[in-house]
Amino acid sequence: MSCWETFTDYALRSIGIGAKLLPKADFTLCQQFTLIGSGLIWNVYFGAMALLFGFFLANALALARIAHSPWVRKPAEWFVFVFRGSPLFIQFFLAYEMLVMLPRTGIEIFGMTLTSSWLTKAWAGALIVLFLNTAAYSAEIFYGALRSIPKGDLEAAEAYGITGWNKFRRIQWPTMLRLAWPSYTNEAIFLFQSTTLVFFSGFPALSQRGDALYYANYFADKTFNPFIPYPIVAMYFVLLTLGVIWLFGRLNRHLNRHLPQNIRSRIRLRPQLIR
Amino acid sequence: MFAACADPKAIEGLTWATCYLTSGKHLDFYGSFITVLLLLAITAPVAMALGFGGAMAARSQITPLRWFGKAYSAMVRGVPDIVYFLFFVIALDQGIEYLNFLRVCPDTSLPVFRGMEFHVCPEAKVPLSTAAPFVFQAYNFGIAVITFAIVFGAFVANVIYGAMQAVPRAQLETAEAYGMSQGQVFRRVLVPQMWTYALPGLTNLWMILIKATPLLFLLSVKDIVYYARELGGTKTQAYDYPHPDWRLYYFLGLLVFYLLMTKLSEIVLSRIANRLSKGQATAAGEAMRKATI
Repeated sequence: MSCWETFTDYALRSIGIGAKLLPKADFTLCQQFTLIGSGLIWNVYFGAMALLFGFFLANALALARIAHSPWVRKPAEWFVFVFRGSPLFIQFFLAYEMLVMLPRTGIEIFGMTLTSSWLTKAWAGALIVLFLNTAAYSAEIFYGALRSIPKGDLEAAEAYGITGWNKFRRIQWPTMLRLAWPSYTNEAIFLFQSTTLVFFSGFPALSQRGDALYYANYFADKTFNPFIPYPIVAMYFVLLTLGVIWLFGRLNRHLNRHLPQNIRSRIRLRPQLIR
Repeated sequence: MFAACADPKAIEGLTWATCYLTSGKHLDFYGSFITVLLLLAITAPVAMALGFGGAMAARSQITPLRWFGKAYSAMVRGVPDIVYFLFFVIALDQGIEYLNFLRVCPDTSLPVFRGMEFHVCPEAKVPLSTAAPFVFQAYNFGIAVITFAIVFGAFVANVIYGAMQAVPRAQLETAEAYGMSQGQVFRRVLVPQMWTYALPGLTNLWMILIKATPLLFLLSVKDIVYYARELGGTKTQAYDYPHPDWRLYYFLGLLVFYLLMTKLSEIVLSRIANRLSKGQATAAGEAMRKATI
């Protein structure tokens, strides 16, 4: 079987397109590269979707955290504490057990039946966990940024008569985003990395459609040789990380475009943020 | 454990709960919390030592050593740590068995990677297939500790390297001006001052280490996640204590355990941070000095 045939068979295997069966024997390098790369689709899907939705929730949570009313502030603080203080691995298990306990037949609301079985699938259930998790971590970053907005900026805004919603929309929020962006980039990178936990933590990989690490683990188990599949995953993730840094760097340039060149904040990758 | 628990089917209510929670399997479950704490207690100092060595290597004058140190601390960037966990466990295991294979096997002419298997003769297996189950558990745990120490050592190396660079150059130059040798500058000035810069990073790493401990489950150690799944699963009438699927509650228990660990660490570490900032030429140290005036 040529490498091109392998590619057409397995390139989209992780989302159920292509060959039904995984290779059983005589593994080639080509198969390993193709299948692990195919699994990467899931990592990108989980990471990108969780970031996208999490961004909005994180903004709301950060605002709730600086609110004066304890009725708003306390729940947000607890949410952030629970999701940042416990391992993502445990969160996945817990969420899976919770979602499995939902009634099989669906929930009756106002005469409509909502089915719940799709929630126990990884594409939805794990996404929810990752979404809440990244929202908590990002909320902490945004909260820190909100608190470190220079006092002078806010006073200047008020001197110009910009108050309330306008002040938030035109001064506070853009500044917060600009200050938080380097840390937020790190958070994005580590979110992509933690997507590898999904298929090791309760969520089943239906008909062996898993992520990059799932396939790498499959090959390592079958060949008893960890020296090929794991470096391949590592390579794919380095590429993914570089892609994320590039994209977020572009956005960072956009956020800082009004500042003189020498005081723009640079994005530095600090590997201190995994969960 | 108690006399009243002799016939679990006959008892009810509080007695049942007491008996259930003190059954043999549950005692193993409580023991596995000790496993986790033991992992933390061993890994943290070993990772610190590895990290310190890595940071020293990265600052070394000898070029190959410097490359090694930089490569080690750069290892953790960009790649999920769980990849290292899965990789090192097999790689270490095979490495040990390969060395043993060269030592004890009668015929070492055949390659160890044959077809789809990793072959060594039965005498070279570590641990031997005749060993007690406890030996297997201890061996797996040992491999897990080494893996955690290597991966977290790389994180620590990164933090300590940065902290060493952050010590003001003037401090080191002053020490040199007083005639201290390179070693003395390192021991008496650089290292004592470095900790205050390293502490935020190390605090963060400690939190990460706590939250990485459930990954023991993936390294085939019978840890708290393993027991939570075992004990929580549905038990039919064939068991002494039948109950429906209670895994959710067991995992809630684990969640509380981790939240408590995090909270406790936060309190202790903030005290240490205060202690270390005393008399330092940093913003925190300056604030403390002003407060006392």
